[in-house]
Amino acid sequence: MNLQVIVIEGLSAMTTAASLFIIAAGLSLIFGALRVINVAHGTLYMYGAYFMATLFAASGSGWLFWVGLLVAPLFVAAIGAIAEVTLLRRVYERDHLVQLLVTYSLFLILSDLALRFWGTASLSANQPPSLSGAAMVGGVMFPAYDLFVIGCAVAMGLALWALLGRTMLGWKIRAAVEDPETLAASGTNVKRLFTLVFAIGSGLAGFGGAVIAPLQSVDPGMGQSVIVSAFIVAVIGGLGSIAGAAIGATLIGIVEAVGIFYLPSWAPAFIFVAMIVVLAVRPVGLMGQKLGY
Amino acid sequence: MLKIDEIHTYYGQSHILQGVSLEIAAGECVALLGRNGAGKTTTMRSIMGMTPPRRGRIALDGAEITGLSTHQIARAGIGYVPSGRRVFSELTVRQNLDLAAHDAKGTVGPWTVERVLEMFPKLVELSGRGAGFLSGGEQQMLKLGRALLRNPKLLLLDEPTEGLAPVVVKDLFRWIKRLMREDLSILLSEQNSSFALNISDRGYILEKGQIRFSAPSSELANSREIRTYLGIDSKTVAG
Repeated sequence: MNLQVIVIEGLSAMTTAASLFIIAAGLSLIFGALRVINVAHGTLYMYGAYFMATLFAASGSGWLFWVGLLVAPLFVAAIGAIAEVTLLRRVYERDHLVQLLVTYSLFLILSDLALRFWGTASLSANQPPSLSGAAMVGGVMFPAYDLFVIGCAVAMGLALWALLGRTMLGWKIRAAVEDPETLAASGTNVKRLFTLVFAIGSGLAGFGGAVIAPLQSVDPGMGQSVIVSAFIVAVIGGLGSIAGAAIGATLIGIVEAVGIFYLPSWAPAFIFVAMIVVLAVRPVGLMGQKLGY
Repeated sequence: MLKIDEIHTYYGQSHILQGVSLEIAAGECVALLGRNGAGKTTTMRSIMGMTPPRRGRIALDGAEITGLSTHQIARAGIGYVPSGRRVFSELTVRQNLDLAAHDAKGTVGPWTVERVLEMFPKLVELSGRGAGFLSGGEQQMLKLGRALLRNPKLLLLDEPTEGLAPVVVKDLFRWIKRLMREDLSILLSEQNSSFALNISDRGYILEKGQIRFSAPSSELANSREIRTYLGIDSKTVAG
């Protein structure tokens, strides 16, 4: 294997990792604060992708991509906020099975609504002219858009890190993770904070969908296929940990790239093998704790 | 200041408070005594709306607060110092205080982060430390400071001496005395009856979710029957 192959394989591993992280981060953030596993997270991601694809079908001009990147998360965050207020808020005190049923029904409702709006045909979103084509990295040509996806994941990770570590909102989210009752006694409207967290997590899913849309076909199944790998990434990293999601995504990206290179037909199984190995050694995930990030 | 009228509070099916009534006048320090499981913490949690009473009324300065959510009750002017290690252990000491100050925005009163740090100079050196690493006494300072930042009219102290070293209990006595001099109304729930009776103006004794006795603290402290009931050794005098 020569150096160029390593660079290319490394970059595609990072691209996979980046798209996984973009989805898993929101899932993990929501679980960390609300202790709810949102099965509909992949569907919210799909909504972001559909939003982006629809925007392009309408015009196709490059600058709309940037508008979509900004508006899709807000659109999906609003859906998340509505779902939190009408459904999820009512089941925080209930056991996990009830919560799973509720997010599963949310998944079914949102999927059916998507079918009604967009039909079964697959749509596609274009890459903006400024990001299509190839870029030179370490002596090899690599799709510029893939580099953009990696950049988005890094930016998102840094933004989340800054939010949780450096801002009052982030401190309140961490305080709510630890002891929502004491936070309420200090005067914070914890219900509203939870709605906000769910909306942010959903917005991240929407952002992910909007970023990934130009890389693949946008169809009714894309939410389901992604939720499983996002969940594996979040579990490997430790549910609730953003840093863990980053590490988990990187690990899966590498495992998948190596798998495809050496044993293409077995590659899909490697992800599950990685999860089993990690969980056998550390049942809470790599960065998992009982609480916190 | 606070008037609790015949409240009944349940945990699931179990009927914990069975018609508790009590009153705290402005500037008064009232002790809530009783054995483990008598309903002291449940009374506090009922006031804060954490386990809201199913029947009865609670009014703060004449305005009914029954049925409000916890953050609204806090904003109405009640500072709550829970028992145990309930600081935000993931955050630093300073972040804990800044968070409380942020929640207290718009309140009028003497308490600011600076004034809290003046009262508890120890917290200055600890300000960058994760709150989970503090000792019991240091956590008590932080919890008290956080509640004071609300500039409350009424302070609820739930078992503040629990798990504290005797030296720190003496500090706590001084802190509460100081707050009383500033005319803060205080409801103090305590297992350590001699501590509570020494510092409070009046006391209520809870038994199985009902008020059994209520009298000025000096009277309670001098009654042989009460002392025996509370299990106070005649030689122990705290503070």
